[in-house]
Amino acid sequence: MSRQILLGDEAVGLGAIHSGLSGVYAYPGTPSTEIFEFVERIAKKSGDIHAFWSTNEKVAYEEALGMSWAGKRALVCMKHVGLNVAADAFMNSAVTGTNGGLVLAVADDPGMHSSQNEQDSRYFAQFALIPCFEPRNQQECYDMMFEAFDMSEELSLPVMIRLVTRIAHSRAGVKTRSTLEQKPLNPARDIKKWTLLPVNARVQYKHLTDKQPELLRRSEASPHNSLVLAGRKGVITCGLADNYFRENVSGGDTSVLSIRQYPVPADKIRELVAHVDELLILEDGYPLVESMVRGLFGLAGVAVKGRMTGEVPRTGELDPDIVRTALGFDPRPAAHEPASDLANRPPALCKGCPHTDSFRALNEALSAFENPQVFSDIGCYTLAALPPLEAIHSCVAMGASIGMAAGAAHAGYTPAVAAIGDSTFSHGGITPLLSAVQQGVNLNVLVLDNDTVGMTGTQRSMSTGETLDQIILGTGIEPEHMKVIVPTPRNHDENVATIREELAYDGPSVIIARRSCLEAIKKA
Amino acid sequence: MEKNIILAGVGGQGILSIAFVIDNAALDAGFEFKQAEVHGMAQRGGAVQSHLRYADHEIFSDLIPMGAADLVLSVEPLEVMRYWHFLKPDGWVVSSVTPYVNIPDYPDADALLDRLATFPNCILIDGGQIAKAAGNLKAQNMVAVGAASCRLDFSEDHLLTYVETLFRRKGEKIVEVNKRAFRFGRAAGLFFRGLVDGGTAIPTALRLCQHIDPATMDPGLARQWAEAATTDAASLESLLSSDEVVSCDRVPTQV
Repeated sequence: MSRQILLGDEAVGLGAIHSGLSGVYAYPGTPSTEIFEFVERIAKKSGDIHAFWSTNEKVAYEEALGMSWAGKRALVCMKHVGLNVAADAFMNSAVTGTNGGLVLAVADDPGMHSSQNEQDSRYFAQFALIPCFEPRNQQECYDMMFEAFDMSEELSLPVMIRLVTRIAHSRAGVKTRSTLEQKPLNPARDIKKWTLLPVNARVQYKHLTDKQPELLRRSEASPHNSLVLAGRKGVITCGLADNYFRENVSGGDTSVLSIRQYPVPADKIRELVAHVDELLILEDGYPLVESMVRGLFGLAGVAVKGRMTGEVPRTGELDPDIVRTALGFDPRPAAHEPASDLANRPPALCKGCPHTDSFRALNEALSAFENPQVFSDIGCYTLAALPPLEAIHSCVAMGASIGMAAGAAHAGYTPAVAAIGDSTFSHGGITPLLSAVQQGVNLNVLVLDNDTVGMTGTQRSMSTGETLDQIILGTGIEPEHMKVIVPTPRNHDENVATIREELAYDGPSVIIARRSCLEAIKKA
Repeated sequence: MEKNIILAGVGGQGILSIAFVIDNAALDAGFEFKQAEVHGMAQRGGAVQSHLRYADHEIFSDLIPMGAADLVLSVEPLEVMRYWHFLKPDGWVVSSVTPYVNIPDYPDADALLDRLATFPNCILIDGGQIAKAAGNLKAQNMVAVGAASCRLDFSEDHLLTYVETLFRRKGEKIVEVNKRAFRFGRAAGLFFRGLVDGGTAIPTALRLCQHIDPATMDPGLARQWAEAATTDAASLESLLSSDEVVSCDRVPTQV
């Protein structure tokens, strides 16, 4: 059978398509972006799958839930922190349940290659009381999609596929199947199920908890949770950790439980624990299984080791060498010691990037103030925190720059400046700006409109150009305090003057720095 | 058989294009393979690497363990050192010596080459010079994979098939430039090794390669050049200290 070269992300996308997908929904976010992009490429050719970027993850999730409500199969994809944004819809969709299959693919980023934290989405699956798959290779990424969609429909629940960066962004050959037909339009008729008034929600929540023994039964019986009993040393591997274990140990007499489907298969763990004297737990992300196994009081007679005891570092992603050390083996001999004196090569804004000109102007306009702090946000422009610009002083969550600047202004801080990109603004900046303008807060918002989602690879931005202007005016801002500048070296002095003027104004003002991303121009 | 390769360079240098060529050759040859790469923030001019593994048996980890790499293939000299602790004791380095300077504290170029030259199992090529000769400076990634091709398990034609696939949608001219860059890189790599295996010191071998027109590079002549370099050191030194670039078939006894 022929194999196709696919990233883990792409294998998830293709698995969904072959499962009879009708719609894919997402907001870009590393390392999840390529799931949507892959489906979008295929959908452009076939034309029968809805594929259009959403404004943010919450919107994406709700659109996917609507597609499920209508009886069709939907895939919604996001990075781990995106699920925080979608959490309201996500948690409640477990209570309503689903109609057509609904699969949520979440890509976690342990090690924070491109993220603000390394939260573990398996907790979200546990929190919402839904099943979760954790593939360890690209073939499983593909195959598990079929199971996930079937399970979603059988149990009337959303199902999570949890990826981590190293599977999301790693390629391998994948054997594929033929495409299943899409489901017909079949809207849900059960109004009480979908209307979570307390009187209905209590009934639905009881349904959800009643489903739990069946979820557990499936986990115990799953071929993805395989237990091999051998010697008195035991290892539990979750997802990708199984690969790192096998990279170091072949055969041998270690007893091994590999977990790739949740809820945690409790009986299999009990069986393993009863058999061993010591147990090493290897999982990428938080010590979820480890803390469950250890409990508050520890395990009598079994030494449990892992991230909580220091055999595995508490933070950061796993790799074959960390696992090797945790297993107690010496390092392999190598040709060289790691070089300790190397010059770092951090990422930087591209040559000629409009953000550089915007921040140079902002820095100069702010130079009259003592130690001015600028609240900022998530995107390429976050790189302005680094030398040589050092122009921004916060980056917390999508859209947080404006809310935080407003809060600082409430406290009496001035000048309260927020710098945010056009796509981040549409994602999470509109509501805090509306709030600030309606309250008449003295803050200055610099919207860096480069007409694209730059950092994740120049996807379409929702609020740019005229649309962006109209949204900002729609908040009720005084029109003379919404200014547009063109950030170029030539316009520097003029731009500094404009920013200075608005800094001097006591009230909400927005300056839009408008010039297209060079990468996006190159690609177009 | 198992081959573990670390591809190294700077975001934008085309590491993933190198990976594409080798991935496809490996898949087509029926091997198992895995190839982990870097997307996102680091692609903006940061250090990037890709772990590429192929084997005739199942591969578990997407990441290569330390001390398990057979080859570090780098489009940039500084980036080699970021990963050389991944190499097996008898592992190989194939690297372009053309620096990519986008940081203020980039090390001294000569000191950098001295450090690289301490590696006995190395192939060093001037990627910038060779890509330029092939017709496009951007083709340095294809020069590098060409130079490394003698350390891989695929024929030249097999790899070139995927160079063609990779660039096909950009038109015939780009395809030809990149195939030429690959062939020039391969010849330069083989010629360099021929010199070193013939007794030429690594720094001298590199400098000599830089004085030979990449379009004329003939690995079959490397032994003769190496002999001439030992027997007629004075002529060699006069070539190396000049700006002259000569044709490879200029008979080595005339050095």
